[in-house]
Amino acid sequence: MWWIGTAPEHEPLLDPVCRQVNHAFGRPVLRIDDPRRPSDTLDPRRSQHSSGEILRWLAKLRPGQRLLAVTDVDLFVPVLTFVFGEAQLGGHAALVSTARLMPDDGPALLRARLAKEAVHELGHTLGLTHCPDHGCAMARSATLYDVDRKNAWLCTDCRSLLEDRERGGTS
Amino acid sequence: MKRDKIRILVVDDEEIIRESLLAYLSRDGYHVETAPDGASALARLGEAMPWSLLLVDLKMPGGVDGLAVLEGARKREPGASVVVMTAYASVDTAVTAMKLGAYDYIAKPFEPEELSLLVDRIVEEQALRHENALLRKVVRKEYRFRDLESRSPAMQALFELARPAARSGSTILILGESGTGKELLARAIHAESPRAKGPFVAVSCAALTETLLESELFGYEKGAFTGATTRRRGKFEAAQGGTLFLDEIGDVSAKLQMDLLRVLEERRFTRVGGTESIEADLRIVAATHRDLEKLVAQGQFRQDLYYRLNVIPMRLPPLRERMEDLSLLVESLIEHLGTELGRGIDGVSAEAMQMLLAHDWPGNVRELRNVLERGIVVAHGRILQDSDLALPPRDAGAGALDGTLPSLEEVERRHVAHVLDHVHGNVSQAARILGIDRSTLYAKIHRFGLRAES
Repeated sequence: MWWIGTAPEHEPLLDPVCRQVNHAFGRPVLRIDDPRRPSDTLDPRRSQHSSGEILRWLAKLRPGQRLLAVTDVDLFVPVLTFVFGEAQLGGHAALVSTARLMPDDGPALLRARLAKEAVHELGHTLGLTHCPDHGCAMARSATLYDVDRKNAWLCTDCRSLLEDRERGGTS
Repeated sequence: MKRDKIRILVVDDEEIIRESLLAYLSRDGYHVETAPDGASALARLGEAMPWSLLLVDLKMPGGVDGLAVLEGARKREPGASVVVMTAYASVDTAVTAMKLGAYDYIAKPFEPEELSLLVDRIVEEQALRHENALLRKVVRKEYRFRDLESRSPAMQALFELARPAARSGSTILILGESGTGKELLARAIHAESPRAKGPFVAVSCAALTETLLESELFGYEKGAFTGATTRRRGKFEAAQGGTLFLDEIGDVSAKLQMDLLRVLEERRFTRVGGTESIEADLRIVAATHRDLEKLVAQGQFRQDLYYRLNVIPMRLPPLRERMEDLSLLVESLIEHLGTELGRGIDGVSAEAMQMLLAHDWPGNVRELRNVLERGIVVAHGRILQDSDLALPPRDAGAGALDGTLPSLEEVERRHVAHVLDHVHGNVSQAARILGIDRSTLYAKIHRFGLRAES
């Protein structure tokens, strides 16, 4: 997990998020301390950063590593007004932003939301698609309401799908 | 339906838009493909697997824009919902797209929630439609009497009569124009009768000369006539224990009418040239497209035979009198013919259905079957188009396809109906075209039971 944001005070959020991700997937999660940051990802007309560009930068910089980058800039994909995060489906790079997850009442909720979106985007890199169970981390989240009603872990169906994929060697 | 079976086609000239929609919708688990322009999108319509949703950019270079793709999809993928996307929200184009049958219209960039809800709604609606189609299939069985299918009151009444009639052993007389399904009804009666396990033997009485028909029906003994080198069983013997269907009974000669009367009265017959009297253990179903009562009145058909045959009369209405059945028949015939011809056809386009509804089907269901069969053979996609249907232009003077020639009154009725239809029921215009005055036309409309604009 790698902090690529601009506000250093958000970086401590990553430790509890790492623990949640580790809990969700049962795999070790390592922190990366790398000072490099993506450039030229800002679209001046939208004052937002292209999540696709950042993902491409990540994949190029550390190919073959399953990587979750966390940022605090506002993200977009060209057809949508914003995204909470994005990942390469069945690929290696995933990205989430705190920009739209920011609550009014303290860091606890932000931590919880960030953990859920981190598990969600990493789930995509492991080949999982959106889950119809609203409580599962893989449930689609188009709004904060969607984020808040789900958990930071996978439902039984998604866990068995993941196990099947791993047994088939397609993770 | 599993999400990966739901096929979405994204059509946009901007690669980045195609890629981001592909990525976004793939994460929902859908099967997503993309096309970079209108022409390549059109080429992908009507593929073996149907598309559920088309997300189409309105403005694309290369001559084929989003509206053209929308029009193509309406014809060749009527089951697909088309959502039009544009970078510039303009009410005019939105209205045009909706008028052309777009499901919805969204301006780029969209809220993630907007896109997700829209796609969810479309998928749910399609699942419901699919379920409805399955239910319709179940309900369709309610409209059936074996292979005959109808929801018209006249046919329903006929089915109601046919069920108990089939169970009785009585002789049945089926009346109806050519192509209305007389043999199908006879077979259905046989299948519903206690003789269902016995044979069903059909003879067309119009196809053979008097002497040939006689030996065909009753069989002959060796030496009965020149060439009768062995004894041969006739249709009466072949149908023992089952049903003998005598089609075109109105066409049999006076001598054979006499012979048939004897069999019906005595329930026994003898082979040509023979003396042995054989019991006729069978049920007779006779049919004709002729007006038997008229033939009796003209002395061309024996009255006593008519009474013997006319125990339970059943009249099959011509297709033009049960046009409410057309869509049901089209659906059922397409399913049947599609399997027979090995072509997966899902249905007919709205334009093709209009064309089928406008035709007056002188050849009845048989003509409809032939038209659809030809259509299925020449069709390019899964949906039959109006251009696939080789329907003759509506010609009031044309005879029926089966060769029977219409009466002068029938030609007049058809022509008046055709002209009225052409001018959308405007009596003044129709009268001008027909070269008669309005009161004469009103009298004809009344006489022929036609409808005009009031």
